[in-house]
Amino acid sequence: MTLNRRSFLASTAAASGALMMPAIARAQDAIRIGTVLDVSGIFDAYGTPMDMAQRLAVAEINDAGGLLGRPVELISYDTQSDMALYTQYAQRLVRQDNVDVVHGGVLSASREAIRQTLRRANTLYFYNVQYEGGVCDRNIFINGVTPAQQAEVLVPWAMSRSGPRVYILAADYNYGQITARWLQKYIDDNGGEAVGTDFFPLDVSDFGSTIARIQTVAPDLVIAPLVGGAHLSFFRQWAAAGMNERIPLASTTMGVGNEHKVLTPAEGNGMMVAYNYSQELDTPLNNAFKERWVEAYGSTDAIHEIAVSHYMGIHLWAEGVRRAGSAERMAVTEALEDGLSVDGPSGVMTIDPQTHHAILDVHLMEVRDQKMEVVESLSQRPPVDTQAVCNLIENPDDNTQYEIEF
Amino acid sequence: MDLAAVILVEVLYAIASLALISAGLAVVFGMMKVINLAHGEFMVLGGYATITAVGLGVNIFIAMLIVAPLVVGLFGLIVERLIFRHLYGRMIDTMLASWGLSLMMIGAFKMIFGNTTTGVSGPIPGFSIGNYQINGYNFFIIIVSVLLLVAMLAVLRGTRAGLVARGAMQRADMASAMGHSPDRIYMLTFAVGSALSGLAGAVLAPLVGLVPTAGAAFIAKAFITVIAGGPSLVAGLASASGFFGLVNQFFSFLVSPVVGDVALLVAAVILLRLLPRGITSRFFRGKL
Repeated sequence: MTLNRRSFLASTAAASGALMMPAIARAQDAIRIGTVLDVSGIFDAYGTPMDMAQRLAVAEINDAGGLLGRPVELISYDTQSDMALYTQYAQRLVRQDNVDVVHGGVLSASREAIRQTLRRANTLYFYNVQYEGGVCDRNIFINGVTPAQQAEVLVPWAMSRSGPRVYILAADYNYGQITARWLQKYIDDNGGEAVGTDFFPLDVSDFGSTIARIQTVAPDLVIAPLVGGAHLSFFRQWAAAGMNERIPLASTTMGVGNEHKVLTPAEGNGMMVAYNYSQELDTPLNNAFKERWVEAYGSTDAIHEIAVSHYMGIHLWAEGVRRAGSAERMAVTEALEDGLSVDGPSGVMTIDPQTHHAILDVHLMEVRDQKMEVVESLSQRPPVDTQAVCNLIENPDDNTQYEIEF
Repeated sequence: MDLAAVILVEVLYAIASLALISAGLAVVFGMMKVINLAHGEFMVLGGYATITAVGLGVNIFIAMLIVAPLVVGLFGLIVERLIFRHLYGRMIDTMLASWGLSLMMIGAFKMIFGNTTTGVSGPIPGFSIGNYQINGYNFFIIIVSVLLLVAMLAVLRGTRAGLVARGAMQRADMASAMGHSPDRIYMLTFAVGSALSGLAGAVLAPLVGLVPTAGAAFIAKAFITVIAGGPSLVAGLASASGFFGLVNQFFSFLVSPVVGDVALLVAAVILLRLLPRGITSRFFRGKL
C-alpha cells in the first residue's frame, strides 16, 4: 500500500476521531471540579500542598464510586503566584471547561480577583483558606479560619504569656491590612496597647531597620501576619539578631505554608499560632488521613493548615452534591445551607447558613522542634466576625466584603 | 547611646549592601559602558551557586567568597565571548541582548531550581550592643564591602593590570598601539565584573529567600547607584552608596522601609537633576 498525503490524512483523522469519541463521552459524564492554585512562584509553599491535597480528595471520592454514580474530574491550573493569571484561568474554567464548581485561590487578593467573575458566571466557588473575614456572597463558601475564630483567642493567650504592649508587622495587601485592624481590636479588648504597626509589600525581604525599630519601642510581644516566601526572611533575620530569645512572637500566618519546617528549630521554637489543624492532632481521622497522604506522596512533610482546609472544602462540596442529588449550583448551595457538616482530619466542620463560613475547631499551638504542639483546643468556634455583618438568609443578594470599623 | 550604635550599624549596613550590589555593575557599566540588564540575574546566579555548594557540603564562607565569584566570573567570561564582544560600542544593542540574556537566565533558574523560594540560614549568630540585639551578619557584609572597595582601589591604582585596564577603557586604540590586546582586556574586565556580581549575590543570599526573579529587586538600585556615582569608579561607588544608604535608612527608621525606598528614588531624581553626570563629576574629581 502506498501512503499518499490524502489517504494519510483521511486515515489519521478517522483514527483520532475514534480515539476522541470515548473521551468526549467520558467528559460529559464526569462532574468537573476546576481549581486555580499557585503551584509555583513565591506562594508555592501554600499552593503546592493544596494541589496535593485536592488530588488526594478527588481520588478518595472516585475510589468510593464517584458522585451520583458519575466520576469526578479535576481540572487544575497553576496561577504561578501571578494575580493576573487568576482572572484568565477563572474565565477559562467557566467558559471553556464548563466546570460545575471552582475551588481555590490562595491569597485574599486572588480570591477577590475571581469572586465576581464566578458569581456572574453562576459557578459555585469555594475559597478554602484562612483569611481576614467579612466576605458576604451567596455564591461563595469559605471554610478557613477568620480573625474571630483565630485572633480572638490567639491575642489574649499570647499577651498572657508576654505582656500588654504589642507590635504588629503585617503584609501590605487586603489580608494584612484588615487582619491588623482586627488584631488592634482584640489587643484593645484585652487591655493591651498596639505600640506600633508596620506594613510590608510582599516582595520586601530586608527587615534589618524594622528589627532595630521594634527594639526602640521595646514591645512585650510581636504579632506578625506576614505572607509569602520573601517575608519568611523576617523570621530568619529576627532569629539571626537573637530577638527570638528576647521578645515572644505570635503570628496568624506563620506555619500556614509550613514555614516552621523551613526554619531551623532554634529559629522557630516558641512562636505562638492558632489554627484549625496541626499534624500533631492525635485523632483517628487525622491518623488515617496522614496514612493515605504518605501512601500517595511518601511523607507527611507537605501537609499544612490550608492544604487540609482545601481537602475539607472539596469534601464539603462533595457531601453537598450527594445531599442535593445534583451538581447544579443552587441545589448544592441549598443542601450546604442546611447546616451540612463533615468530619475530617481537622475535626468537624459545619457550614453556617447565615454566612457561608464554617464552624470549626481552633487549636492554640506553640512551635517546638519544627512541630506545632497543641497547647489548648477550642471546639466548634463560629465565625462571629462575619456573622455580625453578614446575613445571607435575610439578604441573599448581598455581594460585599465587610471590613471592621471602630 | 546604644540605640545610636545600632542605627549606625544599620546605616553602615545599608551603605555596604548598596556598594556590594553595585560593584559588579560599576565595572561592567561604569568602566566598560556595557549596559548589562542581566546584572541582577548574575547576582541571583551567585546566590544559587552558594546554596548549591552549601547543599553539597561546602563550607558556607568558601561557597560565598570563592565558589560563587568563580562560577559567575566563568559564566561572565562565556557570555562575553558569545554575546557581548560582538556588541561593544553599540549601547542599545547590548541593552537588548542583555535583557534577552536576563530573561533566558530567569527561565533557566526556574527550570533548574524550580519556581520557588530557596535559602540558607545565616552563619553568624546575633549579639547585643547594650540593650539592643543586632544581626551579626550585618558586620560581615560591612567588612566584605569595605575590603572589596579597598581591593578595587588597590588593583586599579597600584597594579599594572589595573593601569592597563583603565587605559584600554579610555583609549582602546592607544592601548592596542602599545602592544596590549583590548579584546583580552575587555574579556577579563567583564569576567571580573561578573565575579563581583556573583560575590554580591552570594553574600546577600543568607539574608533573603532567593527566587528566580529576585534579580529585578537589585537591578534598579544598582544602576541608580552607579549612574549617580559618576565617572570615578571607587569614589563614585562609595559616595553614591553612602548618600543613598543614609537617605534610605533615615526614612526607614523615621517612617517605614517602604518610605525608605521611595526616599532613595526621590533623592536619586533630585541628585541627577543637580548633577546630571554624577557625584564624582563635581566632587572627588580625578580620583579613582
